[in-house]
Amino acid sequence: MALLEIRNVTRRFGDFKAVDAVSFSIEAGEFFTLLGPSGCGKTTILRMIAGFDDPDAGVMLLDGQPLTGIPPERRPVHTVFQSYALFPHMTVAGNIAFPLEMAGKSRDEIARRVAETLALVHLEDKGGSYPHELSGGQKQRVALARGLVNRPRLLLLDEPLGALDAKLRVEMQSELITLQREVGITFVFVTHSQQEALALSHRIAVMNRGRIEQLDEPDKLYGLPANRFVADFIGKINLIEVEVAAASKVLLTLKAAGLGEIAAADARPLQPGERGCFALRPEQIRVYGRKESADLKNRFDGSVKELLYLGDVTHYKVVLANGFAIEALMPNAAPGRAKFHEVGDAVTVCWRHDAGIFLRD
Amino acid sequence: MTSARRRFWCISNLNSGKLARWAVTLPPSLFLVVFFLLPALIVVAASLREPGEFGGLAPLFVDGAFTHALTLDSYRFFFGDTIYLEIFVKSFFIALLTTLICIALAYPLAWLIARSPKRRRDLLVLLVILPFASNLLIRVYAWILLLGPLNLLYTPVAVVAGMVYVHLPFMVLPLYTNLEKHDPALLEAAQDLGAGTWTRFWRVTFPLSLPGIFSGSALVFIPVLGMFAIPELLGGTGDLMIGNLIKEQFLDNRDWPFGATLSLLLTVAVLLCAGLATLAAKKSFKGTEAVT
Repeated sequence: MALLEIRNVTRRFGDFKAVDAVSFSIEAGEFFTLLGPSGCGKTTILRMIAGFDDPDAGVMLLDGQPLTGIPPERRPVHTVFQSYALFPHMTVAGNIAFPLEMAGKSRDEIARRVAETLALVHLEDKGGSYPHELSGGQKQRVALARGLVNRPRLLLLDEPLGALDAKLRVEMQSELITLQREVGITFVFVTHSQQEALALSHRIAVMNRGRIEQLDEPDKLYGLPANRFVADFIGKINLIEVEVAAASKVLLTLKAAGLGEIAAADARPLQPGERGCFALRPEQIRVYGRKESADLKNRFDGSVKELLYLGDVTHYKVVLANGFAIEALMPNAAPGRAKFHEVGDAVTVCWRHDAGIFLRD
Repeated sequence: MTSARRRFWCISNLNSGKLARWAVTLPPSLFLVVFFLLPALIVVAASLREPGEFGGLAPLFVDGAFTHALTLDSYRFFFGDTIYLEIFVKSFFIALLTTLICIALAYPLAWLIARSPKRRRDLLVLLVILPFASNLLIRVYAWILLLGPLNLLYTPVAVVAGMVYVHLPFMVLPLYTNLEKHDPALLEAAQDLGAGTWTRFWRVTFPLSLPGIFSGSALVFIPVLGMFAIPELLGGTGDLMIGNLIKEQFLDNRDWPFGATLSLLLTVAVLLCAGLATLAAKKSFKGTEAVT
C-alpha cells in the first residue's frame, strides 16, 4: 500500500482550477518532488496534504485512511515553510522541542531527542541561540530539525532552499539528501527549480496549470520528456518543428522545413504527415569544421552566431540554413585547446540518430 | 580633483552634516530644557522651601535680608502621617486594576481589528480614537448620568469605570500595532506542529504581544496615577487619589512646598515602577524585539 495516495483531487478558486483532477501516490521512504512554474498548483497540493486547504473533489489517503476532516494539528504530517516560520521568542532548542511538547512527550525524552536532532543538523552549539542570531543556512537547518524531530509520516518542504544564496543552496541540497537517507522519513518537496528537483528527487511530478504533465524518475524526465512542456521546462533543449516523412520499425525519418531530413531512432508506429517537434539536448550535438569528418547520419551546415566559453564547456549558437539557431555544448576536454571555432565560422553540426526524440503535438 | 581638495570636500561635508544635526535637535532640546528640566528642578527646590503666607513660596528676602534656608518640613509631614502613604498605595492599586481591566478589554478588540480586512482596519482604528474628539470632562459627566441610576456613583467602582473608559484607546492602539505585525505563518507552523487553538494563542500570539501589552500598560498606568478629574467627579470622599491630593495643596491649601513634595514623590515612585517593569520585560522579551 502506498503511504500517500491522491485520487482525482481538484481544488477550485472561483472559476480557476488550481488543481485539476490530479492523481499520484507516494511510497514510504521516497523523496518525491512537485515541480512546476509558479501558479501551477504545487503549493496548493502541499497545503491540502498538510490540512490548511481542502480539496473540492477527490480523495486523499494516508496509510489507507482518508485525511478529510482531520485538522492540520492532528495529521502526522509536518511542514518546513518557505519563510521557515521559526518562533522568534523561543530558542533553537525551544523551537525544536515544540512539536514534542505538543505530542505530550516526557521531559527526558524531549531533552534527548532535541539533542539528537541538533546533532543531526550540525547545530549542537546553537541550542541556546534565538532565531534572529542565526544565519540563513542555520535557520534552514532549525526549520528542518523542527519538522523532523517528532518523526512525521510525511515531511512537506515548501521551496525550503528558495531564500538561500546559490552556493549555500548547493551545499544544503547534498545535506538534504544525506538527511533524508539517514532519518528515512518520506519527503514531499515543492520547487520551481528543475536543477534542484533533478538533484534531489527519487521521482518528480512536473506540473503545469493544475495538472501533472509527467511523473517519472529524474533521468527519464530529462532524457525522455513526454511532451513539449516538460522538454522545455527541464534543462536546455532545442525544439525543431518537424513532420513525419517515413516510419519504419527502427528508424524514423522527419522532415524539417528548410533544413531537410532528420533521422531518429523511434520504434513507435507513426503515420507520415504527423506534426510535432524534434527535441535535442545541446550536449548531444557536436560542432565540427566543414572539412572535419564525422560518421554521423545527421549533419547540417551553419555558421557560429554566438559563443560562450564557460571553462569546462563551450556553449555555441549555430544558425542553420532555415534560420533556426541551434544550441550546442562542447566539452573542453583537451587542456589549452578551449575554443574550436570563432564567431562567424562556417561549421557543421552533427548528432547521432538516437540522440534526440520526436514529440507528437 | 586633487587629494587636498577632496579632503576639504569631505570636511565641509562633515561640517554641514553636523550643522544639520544641531539645527534639527537644538530647538526641541532647548524646549525641553526650558519647559521641562528647569520646572522639574524648580519643583525639587520648592519642595524644600516653606509656604508663603497667601500661597506660593515664602519670599527669599525679607527687608533686604536673606531669610530661610532649605527645610525638610514637607517630607517630615508626609511620612509623619500614614494617611498620605495610604492614598499613594490606593492610587497605585486603582492604576493597576485599571491597567489590568484595560488589557482584558483591549486585547480581543485589538486582535479583531488586526484580523479584519486591510481597508476596514483604518476605519476601526478611527472609531477607537473617536472619543478623543469630545472633551474629557463632558465624557466623564456622561458617566454621572449613566452611573447615577445604578447607585454606583461616588464609589470606587465608578472611579475605575471612568478610568478604564478614558484610557482604553491608549491600550488598544499599541496592542493593535503589535498584533498587526505578527506573521500569520507562525500560527500556521504552530498548528502544523500539533498546537490547538488555545495552545497557539498562549504559546505564540500572547508571548509575541508582550511588548504591545507593556507599552499600552505604561500609557495607561502612569496617567491614571496622576488623574484628578475622574476621582473628583465620580468618586466619593474616600476615593481621593494622589492627583487630587496634589491639586488640593496648590489650589485649596495653598501649601506649594507640600504639593511639590507630593509631585516629586509620585515621580520617583513611577520611575521606580517603570525601572522594575523594564527589568522584568527585558527577560520576557528575548527574541521578540527582533520582530516587533
